[in-house]
Amino acid sequence: MWSELKKAIAQINIPADWLGIRVVKETSFTCHVRDGIPQTNGKSSTMGFMLEVMINGCIGYAATNSLAIQDLEAAAQKAYRQALAASEWWIHPFGVENERPKVVGQYISPFLKPFDALSPGEINDLLVRVCHTLRVSDQIVQTLANLTTTERETWFVSSNGSEVYQKFMFFGTHYGATAQDGAVVQQRTNNGLQANCYQGGLELFQQPDLWVRVQQIGEQAVELLTAEECPTTCTSLVLAPDQMMLQIHESIGHPLEIDRILGDERNYAGGSFVNQRDFGTLAYGSPQMNITFDPTVLGEFASYGFDDTGAVATREYLIKEGVLQRGLGSLESQARAGVPGVACARACSWNRPAIDRMANLNLEPGEGSFEEVIAGIEHGVYMESNRSWSIDDRRYKFQFGCEYAKLIENGKLTKTLRNPNYRATTPEFWHSLVKVGNSSTWEMYGTPLCGKGEPNQTIWVGHGSPICVFANVEVFGGG
Amino acid sequence: MKHEELSALEASFNQLIETLLNKKQESEEFTVKLSSERSQFTRFNHAKVRQTGCVTDGSIELTLMQNQRSSFRQFPFTGDSEIDWQLAYKALQELREELPLLPLDPYLVLPSGTNTSREVHCGNLLAEEVLVPTVLEQLAELDFAGIYAGGVVIKAYADSCGQKHWFSTETFSLDYSIFTTEAQAVKGTFAGSEWNQEAYSEKISDAKRQLQLLSRPIKELPRGHYKTYFAPAAVADLAAMLSWGGVSEADLQQGGSSLASLWRKEKQLSVAFHVKENFQRGLVPRFNELGEMAPLELPVIEKGVLVNTLVNSRTAREYQKTANGANSYESLRAPEISPGNLSFEDILTHLNTGLYVSNLHYLNWSDRPTGRITGMTRYACFWVENGEIVAPIENLRFDESLYRFWGDNLVDLTNFQEFVSEVGTYDGRQLGGSMVPGMLVEDFTYTL
Repeated sequence: MWSELKKAIAQINIPADWLGIRVVKETSFTCHVRDGIPQTNGKSSTMGFMLEVMINGCIGYAATNSLAIQDLEAAAQKAYRQALAASEWWIHPFGVENERPKVVGQYISPFLKPFDALSPGEINDLLVRVCHTLRVSDQIVQTLANLTTTERETWFVSSNGSEVYQKFMFFGTHYGATAQDGAVVQQRTNNGLQANCYQGGLELFQQPDLWVRVQQIGEQAVELLTAEECPTTCTSLVLAPDQMMLQIHESIGHPLEIDRILGDERNYAGGSFVNQRDFGTLAYGSPQMNITFDPTVLGEFASYGFDDTGAVATREYLIKEGVLQRGLGSLESQARAGVPGVACARACSWNRPAIDRMANLNLEPGEGSFEEVIAGIEHGVYMESNRSWSIDDRRYKFQFGCEYAKLIENGKLTKTLRNPNYRATTPEFWHSLVKVGNSSTWEMYGTPLCGKGEPNQTIWVGHGSPICVFANVEVFGGG
Repeated sequence: MKHEELSALEASFNQLIETLLNKKQESEEFTVKLSSERSQFTRFNHAKVRQTGCVTDGSIELTLMQNQRSSFRQFPFTGDSEIDWQLAYKALQELREELPLLPLDPYLVLPSGTNTSREVHCGNLLAEEVLVPTVLEQLAELDFAGIYAGGVVIKAYADSCGQKHWFSTETFSLDYSIFTTEAQAVKGTFAGSEWNQEAYSEKISDAKRQLQLLSRPIKELPRGHYKTYFAPAAVADLAAMLSWGGVSEADLQQGGSSLASLWRKEKQLSVAFHVKENFQRGLVPRFNELGEMAPLELPVIEKGVLVNTLVNSRTAREYQKTANGANSYESLRAPEISPGNLSFEDILTHLNTGLYVSNLHYLNWSDRPTGRITGMTRYACFWVENGEIVAPIENLRFDESLYRFWGDNLVDLTNFQEFVSEVGTYDGRQLGGSMVPGMLVEDFTYTL
């Protein structure tokens, strides 16, 4: 691959200041079983390149699902014409040295067992068994089990000498059970929609607690049928790490994307309540709040060595002791906004240009075990696993719902509650953070479903967090 | 895209199918789906170009079925017959090795029809060298953001029993927002198969008039219940929820539908509320993943009663129902909500005092079994008093059940409909859209 790409770079003859080619080769295996019956099984492969040219600070691109040299040359001409046609109307002049620096290196996901350690037949059999285990009673009306593996290789070469190779191994599972009794329907899943996504191999599949956990999912779905509705009140809200994932993602990650702050996303995903002047000064939340952008965490879903423009990925504090330090801005966004950012220019595949994306965004641990945190609460609600998410275009007013909750009374978890929801505005919510659990409560999750961009892109992100306590939050039930 | 290039792609696809038919073993069945596009994407912010480029993409999904088992391979479709056959042949070999390992699928549906179709819709789009000035030249001093997406989209299907469909269309959409200094915005979509400069200028002039209304001081409303007029774009967002845990027969059977109470006839919607699938406009293919043709029209909700769910052949086999050409997700592909009696001129007077909501944002079920939806108002939403627009509003969160706003609280629907184009580009440019009226609703619940 390298020799072909370098040859192409050398051969393409256009009067550009810079030329870069990013190749993506990806194969995903998907196996989906419902009620013990196979639904989908197969592999999807894609391969293509994104070719960018820069002339006079303008960038044009062309992307094609072929690697033939004549297609690369034709794409270079197209990208050149694109840049030229936009040059009079271009938003900000970029430079090769700062926005497309030379970079050389590689990143490879850690793994123990390769994806072919089990045959598709063996994987199907295990997922069928998951469905059977989830069906703990006749009140279970649907069981789901699916597994996805993705092997993705990328090569990035440029006319100023960049050579980056990255190989990712993504693994994800989702299990769920739906229980029904007349008009009452409750669903319980393994930490929410496709939340168990990591980098690694098949060693992530048959974890020691797999069958106990699957049985518990089925039992809790049935338990919810007769549970009390979550009360409508203002109280202490304790969120498990699998809901903190969504909370961090929606109310910290997206509002801190600098392309949103610059207005690029206003027509689709939205803007932000944060503005450029807030960096370095805004008290985003309480002093308990320490948020890192960390693409270096071993096995977390959105770890990488380099972003898709070649910026080197490093761990950075976005929020330290509650104060906003920097944003999720690529080299391009940093140049436009004049604020510090991170290596976050990412594209979902070869057929989309890179934009500002979250990678792993984590809440750093505080103090106190799970029991100690709960023991300090006189009255509250503990919620697990996201089931409903909605937030406005400035990432300000949100309402989230969970699958499963427990009432907290006098420092103890008591009754199970169903249809738990809560709502707040982002600043008041994060300022109400009164307690962050210690590292024994820290768990990491990931999702492949973060949507953004025009043209639209769905990308993978990771989020880790301890359990957290928020004071005086509006909670309510269903119906 | 030149006519010859399009013909070459079709010829390459046909050749691939012919070769697959020749290679097919007696006990094997297969389906092939093609999705391809040649698209121009130009993104704007502050009436400048933020990103611009073009994408040539295509993929084939080959599903092989034998002895009650199935598996698929998806691989690139380049239009080069030799390359494409190499990929298809490798996929075929892999599938033949894999199938015996897989469990039996009792509800596997084999291709069986005799349907064929061919539709080619040509357009007249802006050339790449004039696109940017044509869009931006008349936007001086406007804070304009959005995307132009245009080009050819191809959807095709073929199978081992000889069914074949080819659908190609050349279209564009300019999806945009224009902002005031207070971050209030007018939202617009200009779409079609031929760029019409006069119509575009008219859209922008209309947006400028709306911007004047939006420049009034913003009103912040307390949470509560307000009579609300939803413009067609907002109604389209609410209607889209019916495709996610709504009209699907499988969702009803498996506890995942918000319409279960309606289905069990425990609840009823307003007699003024009618929903149907309507493929008459021909903007999306009628064939599904098994080559089956959906009826030109299918009533789904009539006079507030769920008269048909969307049933695909697999669901039909599993639950002993009759299939009606639904796709694999059993989602609405050409939804239409019937008009009512409210004229455009009467909207504000009939609203009298309340909210005029032009657009919604980020809808999700807050309690699916009870049909409760939460989401936000967005873009050009106004407070109206005594039939007059008073001020744009600070956006509000709502949390309300469809059994209320399409039930007893539905005052009326407008006597006109608008076509709200689908402008999504996840996994490629989407086609079609929904035909919907505006609607006036009593006592709509806003919570934040």
